[in-house]
Amino acid sequence: MAAVSQLQRQFIDYTTSLYNEGYLDDQFTQLQQLQDESNPDFVVEVVSLFFEDSEKLLNNLATALQQKSVDYNQVDSHVHQFKGSSSSIGAKQVTNVCIHFRNFCEAKNLDGCLRCLQQLRHEYILVRTKLEALFRLEQQILQAGGSVPVME
Amino acid sequence: MSFPQEIQVGVVIMSLNCKISGLNGRLLTSSKMRKANKPLRGFNNGWKWKRLVLFVLVLLVAVGFGLSWFSGVFRKKMEITGTSEDNSLELVKQFNVSKDLLHELASSSFEPDQITTSKCTKQLGNEMSTKHEISCSLNKPDHEQNVEMLGQCPIHDGKAPSVRSSSINGTLAREHNGIIKGCMWALFVLVVCSPISCLWINRKAKMKKKEHAQSVSRSAGRWMKKLLVLFVLTGVTLSIWLFWYLNEGIQLRRKETLASMCDERARMLQDQFNVSMNHVHALAILVSTFYHGKQPPAIDQKTFGEYTERTSFERPLTTGVSYALRVRHFEREKFEKEHGWTIKKMETEDQDQTLAQDCDPQNLDPSPIQDEYAPVILSQETVSHIVSIDMMSGKEDRGNILRARASGKGVLTSPFKLLKSNHLGVVLTFAVYSTHLPQDATPEQRIKATVGYLGASYDVPSLVEKLLHQLASKQTIVVNVYDTTNISAAIKMYGPDEIDTGLLRINSLDFGDPTRKHEMHCRFKQRPPPPWTAILASGGVLTITFLLGHIFYAAINRIAAVERDYRKMMALKHRAEAADVAKSQFLATVSHEIRTPMNGVLGMLQMLMDTNLDVKQLDFAQTAHASGKVLIKLINEVLDQAKIESGRLELEAVPFELHTILDDVLSSFSTKSQEKGIELAVYVSNHLPEVVVGDPARFKKIITNLVANSLKFTHDRGHIFVSVHLADEVTRENDMKDDILKKILNGSKSNLARDTLSGLPVVDRKKSWENFKKLRGEDSINESEKIKILVTVEDTGVGIPISAQSRIFMPFMQADSSPSRTYGGTGIGLSISKRLVGLMDGEIGFVSEPGTGSTFSFTVVFMRKETRSLDTVLQQNHQAILEFRGLRALVIDPKDIRVEVTRYHLQRMGISVEITSNFDSAQSYLSASNSSGFAAILVDQEVWDQENENGLAFLRGLKSSTKLFLLANSVSSKIQDEIKSANLVATFVEKPLRLSVLISCFQKTLPVGNNRVVATRKQSNLGNLLRGKRILVVDDNIVNRRVAEGALKKYGAIVTCVNSGKAAVEKLKPPHSFHACFMDLQMPEVDGFEATRQIRRIESVVNEQIKSGEVSTETYGKVGHWHTPILAMTADVIRARDEECIKCGMDGYVSKPFEEEQLYSAAACFFESG
Repeated sequence: MAAVSQLQRQFIDYTTSLYNEGYLDDQFTQLQQLQDESNPDFVVEVVSLFFEDSEKLLNNLATALQQKSVDYNQVDSHVHQFKGSSSSIGAKQVTNVCIHFRNFCEAKNLDGCLRCLQQLRHEYILVRTKLEALFRLEQQILQAGGSVPVME
Repeated sequence: MSFPQEIQVGVVIMSLNCKISGLNGRLLTSSKMRKANKPLRGFNNGWKWKRLVLFVLVLLVAVGFGLSWFSGVFRKKMEITGTSEDNSLELVKQFNVSKDLLHELASSSFEPDQITTSKCTKQLGNEMSTKHEISCSLNKPDHEQNVEMLGQCPIHDGKAPSVRSSSINGTLAREHNGIIKGCMWALFVLVVCSPISCLWINRKAKMKKKEHAQSVSRSAGRWMKKLLVLFVLTGVTLSIWLFWYLNEGIQLRRKETLASMCDERARMLQDQFNVSMNHVHALAILVSTFYHGKQPPAIDQKTFGEYTERTSFERPLTTGVSYALRVRHFEREKFEKEHGWTIKKMETEDQDQTLAQDCDPQNLDPSPIQDEYAPVILSQETVSHIVSIDMMSGKEDRGNILRARASGKGVLTSPFKLLKSNHLGVVLTFAVYSTHLPQDATPEQRIKATVGYLGASYDVPSLVEKLLHQLASKQTIVVNVYDTTNISAAIKMYGPDEIDTGLLRINSLDFGDPTRKHEMHCRFKQRPPPPWTAILASGGVLTITFLLGHIFYAAINRIAAVERDYRKMMALKHRAEAADVAKSQFLATVSHEIRTPMNGVLGMLQMLMDTNLDVKQLDFAQTAHASGKVLIKLINEVLDQAKIESGRLELEAVPFELHTILDDVLSSFSTKSQEKGIELAVYVSNHLPEVVVGDPARFKKIITNLVANSLKFTHDRGHIFVSVHLADEVTRENDMKDDILKKILNGSKSNLARDTLSGLPVVDRKKSWENFKKLRGEDSINESEKIKILVTVEDTGVGIPISAQSRIFMPFMQADSSPSRTYGGTGIGLSISKRLVGLMDGEIGFVSEPGTGSTFSFTVVFMRKETRSLDTVLQQNHQAILEFRGLRALVIDPKDIRVEVTRYHLQRMGISVEITSNFDSAQSYLSASNSSGFAAILVDQEVWDQENENGLAFLRGLKSSTKLFLLANSVSSKIQDEIKSANLVATFVEKPLRLSVLISCFQKTLPVGNNRVVATRKQSNLGNLLRGKRILVVDDNIVNRRVAEGALKKYGAIVTCVNSGKAAVEKLKPPHSFHACFMDLQMPEVDGFEATRQIRRIESVVNEQIKSGEVSTETYGKVGHWHTPILAMTADVIRARDEECIKCGMDGYVSKPFEEEQLYSAAACFFESG
């Protein structure tokens, strides 16, 4: 049980650090609150959906920005999608980058867009590793027979 | 002798008349000119007064001209003086002539002959009459001149002549002045007209400016320039014309001067000559009378010589006279014997030198034998050497003699050189007849009657010289006299060689011999000087023209520059305004951005407070939370202000209930007012409709701001009273239906303390709306659908200092803005209220008295809503209202307004109200009426405090079915204890009174209906609201979709998801089983707005069909009216303009990600009613 409680403490610490460092926000908490017995894997499901969606969007964005004549409307709608989904799961940094991205898009600034894409990819991978680590921790707790502590 | 005299007099009169008429003519011309000027002057008078400044300018010009003219006029005067002097001299001459005559007569009277004397007397009489005539004719022209002429009397007496001619000068000067004036006026008109035209241009330009039409103004500028060029051209033309005109005048005057001078000289010469001739004639008659008429002759050489010598002054022009007797050849010997000398012949070679003085007759040869001889027998001393010379022997003399005796008149020889003086001379010859011949005697008769010849020699140059010498201004003109009997070879008789100096005047001279013609040529000695007057005048006009032209040109340029600047300014102004809007937008955005994290802060604090905290921590957290709330409120206000300023705030138009809004306001301030011990009350006139269409949130905001403001400045005592009326009610003073209004307005007149809510004095609320412009002027057209509401918030606070009252509605301005101020706040509330009121087509005003309190009033315009099919929160109370309907209540309260407020609330619940002022009268009420009638007695705490004994007694006497309610600001434990100790029951109702509080109190206390707890839906959570509801979620973002689905599922909803607008339209085609739809706005292809529009279109078609019975309701799932609630989901609140959502048919919006509260309020709107 000590291992479980240690894992649980580690989980809480990790989650708190994620909030504190600004990777996640309130929305993620709400997402966690939506998960209950009737819907046990809700968070993981949504987050994996986010991952899939994001990979696809990042690829689309990269392709769109490599075109000779960049269709900024298309890029903008991709970024909008990205922003929507990231804000839905509470990936705050990704959302922020998206907001910047959209500004550049509006200004039709290709350099800015490319820089933002780079940043977006970076932030996405970061949040992805963080969340994967979190889920791993969660799995470990569950495997160890403990329950995942609920964040207030 | 009388004959020539008369001729002479006639000549004199004629010449004078001529002169006078000339003067008259001049006077006439000048007066004509003055007349011509008159209308011009009259025309200008009007302008003169208007343009005084310009007049000064003209005056300056006039002075300049006056100076330049002066010299010219002065010179002219000199000339004129000369002329008039000549005139006067001539007059003197004429008088002298008469005088000479007298002298002559006097000499004649030496001869002792009575007839002659009497003749002379007669002649004298004639002479007198002539003089009389002269003075008469001179009297005519002018009084002044008359005076001058009177002054000539000494001339008659033979004194030295001196005549001034200033009056004539004056006339001439006046004529000059006339011309000058004409020029002046022309200039004046020019000067006056041009500024007027300039002004006109300016006005035009101003008008143009107003039009803001760039191109038009530019063309106006071009037009002005054209006008300017025209003006300058006109000025130049005018100056040229002026030069021409003046120059012409000068030339004319010069010519006239010359003519008059020449005329005068000619006339004088002629007259002098004639006078001499007459004398010679007279002499001839003398000889005929005394030589031939007497036997023996009364005249011998001695007598003749002496007489002629003594009377030579009468013939100043003659060098000498002589008498030659006609001697026929047969009489020669007898004659020679008689006289003792032979008749001598004139030297042929000296033919031209007759009458030469040093010619010795002794040396001459005797005359050859001829038919006739004319030996000189009598001669003047000066020419005594010609005695005995036969005049017939000289060729010229012979011709002369023959002509003279044939015509009976004096005849002249052509000029020839006189021997001695070497001057040119002429000889005048008269025939002497033996008998007095009639006028019409034939030449033969005359020749026959001829007995002798009288000759006189004239020295023409010295004659003319002498004559001209007497005249003035002889320096200025040159005079030549010619004998032009033979026109081709005119003989010059007098004068230097002619030099051409321009003008020439020729006058013919009549020396009484018709066979000879003489002419006088006059010229100016010098060529005319340049016409300085004309040059100066036209130069002046030209200068003025160019000066004015330059000024106008500068003005036009200036106007153009100003216009250019103006346009620039306008552009800058537009930019500044745009910048201002941008600033407001920025403020709005920033505020919104601040609000988001602030919500996070507040949420976290709320959560923190829910955890286990010790007292200290809780206190900190609470303080932080409260501060955060204040901050968010401030931000919201700034956001509102910025939104209004940037024009982004648009009002909703939804139906709402006024009473509910006011109750809400009261609820939000109830705690605070209770804490402060201030009575807070609301009253709504029952003339107002319950439901109106407008923006409830903004309306509430205005009232909240005003009440909050009042509450802030009211301390510990008094009241805040919110009353709502129709604007019409207030204006119809004579016909006030509303009791409370009547009391308030009349009360304020009588100023009785009991007529206010708390009894404290208040300000006159009428003054707060007396500045409203639109309170009265409601047009009847809109009255049916529009409704104007007047809301008044009255307090008994500290009031607003007079000095601060003017800036009370300015944003961020406070009555006391010093750092040490007593009251907090940003000062933005009233400014927002004013703007909101403005948006609602209303006005706001206030009246305040420091120490008494303030009253704020505002009007807003709402739309009427006739039907009462309203789904509002009120309906949750509907049940309760029905429960109490028909009950009766008694209110014990002596204060009119407070009791009216209580009555208003009770009436809203359907309870009929009786009013009494104290317990005693209440007792009588109870006993009088059916005691079971009253379900409730409401007593104000004030009444209880005053007579609690009575109250207790009264309470004790109440039946169990009648409950007592105490209306109190706060529950006082003292009264509670009092009642409890008396073993009695009374319910406390906390003020401020409002529907919800009253209902809950009544429900608890009164045994009506079932005692179930109504209106607990507010506490019902989202789970209850959404459970079992089928909801369609539309979002293209899979993650969002999943999250929304999860959230809604959590509240028990059955969720279906689609990923596009198109799919949503498909899904929501009736019939379907969805209760609601949550729709993302931004989607590819068909976005949320478009999808909603399509859905609504389909629904309306279906509804139409159902209504018209085309399809049965069964086909569409037994639903009569299809309207699926659609809520927009948006991540961006500021961009989601709710009106846009409403416009396309949505029912509301929720922010993404979902927030419980918002989701609830949005969903509640349509689920609760369903």
